Amino acid sequence: MKTNIIIAGVGGQGILTISSIIDLAAMHSGLHVKQAEVHGMSQRGGEVQSHLRISDSIIYSDLIPLGQADVIISVEPLEALRYVPFLKEKGIIISATEPFTNITNYPNIDAVLSELKKFPNAKLIHASQIAQQLGNIKSYNIVLLGAAIPYLGIPQEQIEWGIRTLFATKGNAIIDANIAALYKGLEITK
Amino acid sequence: MNQHLLLGAEAIAMAAIDAGISGVYAYPGTPSTEITEFIQHSHIARERNIHSTWSANEKTAYESALGMSYAGKRSLVCMKHVGLNVAADAFMNSAMTGVNGGMVLVVADDPSMHSSQNEQDSRVFGKFAMLPVLEPSTQQEAYDCIHYAYSISEQLQLPIVVRISTRISHSRAIVVSQSIQKQNSLNPDTDKRKWILIPAFARMRYAHLLSLQPKLLELSEKSPFNTVVKGNSKQAVIAFGIAYNYVMEVITAHNLDISVLKISQYPIPHTHVAEFLYTYDSILIAEEGYPVYEELLRGFSGNNKLRGRLDGTLPRTGELNPDHIAQAFGIAIQQEYSIPVFVVNRPPELCKGCSHRDLFEALQIVMKEYSHNHVFSDIGCYTLGALKPFEAINTCVDMGASVTMAKGAADAGMHPAIGLIGDSTFTHSGITGLLDAVNDKSHVTIIISDNATTAMTGGQDSAGTHKLHSICEGIGVEPSHIRTITPISTGLQENIQIIREEIEYKGVSVIIAQRECVQVAIRNKKKNKTS
Repeated sequence: MKTNIIIAGVGGQGILTISSIIDLAAMHSGLHVKQAEVHGMSQRGGEVQSHLRISDSIIYSDLIPLGQADVIISVEPLEALRYVPFLKEKGIIISATEPFTNITNYPNIDAVLSELKKFPNAKLIHASQIAQQLGNIKSYNIVLLGAAIPYLGIPQEQIEWGIRTLFATKGNAIIDANIAALYKGLEITK
Repeated sequence: MNQHLLLGAEAIAMAAIDAGISGVYAYPGTPSTEITEFIQHSHIARERNIHSTWSANEKTAYESALGMSYAGKRSLVCMKHVGLNVAADAFMNSAMTGVNGGMVLVVADDPSMHSSQNEQDSRVFGKFAMLPVLEPSTQQEAYDCIHYAYSISEQLQLPIVVRISTRISHSRAIVVSQSIQKQNSLNPDTDKRKWILIPAFARMRYAHLLSLQPKLLELSEKSPFNTVVKGNSKQAVIAFGIAYNYVMEVITAHNLDISVLKISQYPIPHTHVAEFLYTYDSILIAEEGYPVYEELLRGFSGNNKLRGRLDGTLPRTGELNPDHIAQAFGIAIQQEYSIPVFVVNRPPELCKGCSHRDLFEALQIVMKEYSHNHVFSDIGCYTLGALKPFEAINTCVDMGASVTMAKGAADAGMHPAIGLIGDSTFTHSGITGLLDAVNDKSHVTIIISDNATTAMTGGQDSAGTHKLHSICEGIGVEPSHIRTITPISTGLQENIQIIREEIEYKGVSVIIAQRECVQVAIRNKKKNKTS
């Protein structure tokens, strides 16, 4: 198996948290992992993305070639569209619907969402709204991770293990809230 | 088995700890910062009393690492590519002195300039100094090559350069670690001829460095990091460092029958390279960075067997990727979708509530009163003042240049001559320039935007925190013209007035605009809550 995943969003939206959980789950499943991420200047409210590759055989490139991503997970809808050149034909897009409007020329959100809906396998998720209903607004990124589970090639128990491991020092309340967000997300796409 | 999921930078840090270093010296700089931070957060490093606090700049870092090596212990020094320009004097001369305890320089290049002002290739520096250079292609190799580097450093009594780039530094993979080695005990070098580079001794040292070159070549020839993948066609690739990954990605994905020579240790292994040059009809040279070795291998004749960055087969600038390599082999990219035209860029911006914002607002109002309203600035978060909505600065060249360029412009008759610099950049390379201005009584206004941290790289300690006023006073700025302001919206009118007064003062004035970085404030608040 081999899964190429692009994780996208705006600096500070928890992109690296999603990546870290999948990384841990993949390593725990005995798979190879490569994950390129963005540090430095772009983290100040700029566009950020992570190329994440998991495979049962050796992975050479740290970067995903154009047209080779199986899944795009985006915490922000405009950012999902920025990386579609990487998406395989009929690849999966899991995107939040809520815009992050820190730029004055942000395009019309309806146009953004209807463009996303044109993709054959786009799943648009009201991630912030769901997280808010669950009582933990910060876990919106984990809602999206949950929705992506069927397409990652890693069992859901391993992803759950990844969350427990990553948040181990944060206490049970935070772990439970994130696991609830994970399965709420999974319900949408399962 | 000890498996870890590590960034390339972290793999280097863990390897250095495991190889028994007694200290790391560095100034933060993307993409090298995470090496030192990993060591700062390591319990083992703390137990072993490994030095890991930040240095004032790359030159002080390099010299401290050299001093630790002189004392017989293993040291690590890390910087970004442009940091090596700052440390170049120490670096070049350390090749002449050589080392005692093993010493490794990790220099992180930034092709495509993700967070830098140029994309210079540090392998050129390695060649310039005539030192061995290692260029790992994977995180595991990054780990392994550090152990190897310390071993050959002590064997050759030379500092070893490890060159990485953004992509390997900021990419994670699984790394298997080795057992941890004992630290060296204190054993100062007593050989004065080695360390005192007066001309008579320096000539001997240079002859010695030259005499080691055949040995360096021999190590490259048998290096475990220089390997060959055999194919049966007349096509080949010579792939350097991380470029090897992209080449292998394409070769395996498309079942290409192509031979590959991977080079991760320099000087380049002559035997392997010569064999490739004679055996194959068409050879792609894939280098991350400048076409350093493509140029060398082409020579004057141009060698039309070779393809690479110089003939347009690969782009002349920027970071490589698997798509560039595929195109070099004539493989069409399978891109299905394009970015819709309405997707606009989202450039980085100053944080909400950032002190630089309030400073720029005040400064802009004052600058409107002058016909020459240029602001010489520097490297840090405040460089984002170049972008909308502020567009408030005119220059950003190198660390500390704001102060000295303002001085030169004042000498030329420009008024106002404003240098705008951050606190960490000021202590890195601004102090000496300010001394020049004081000695010349230059008509400059230096604004130090002091957020008490090295913010751009993630909020590391700043060398001048609580010391800026006394530093300025100490080098002779008139105390009445060292003004401290708080850049905050309620203080706008008062700040405008102070900036106006100091611009009009005929001499050196310094305005210290002091307010904590909002990111660091949030982090400290969180830390206090949990502890």
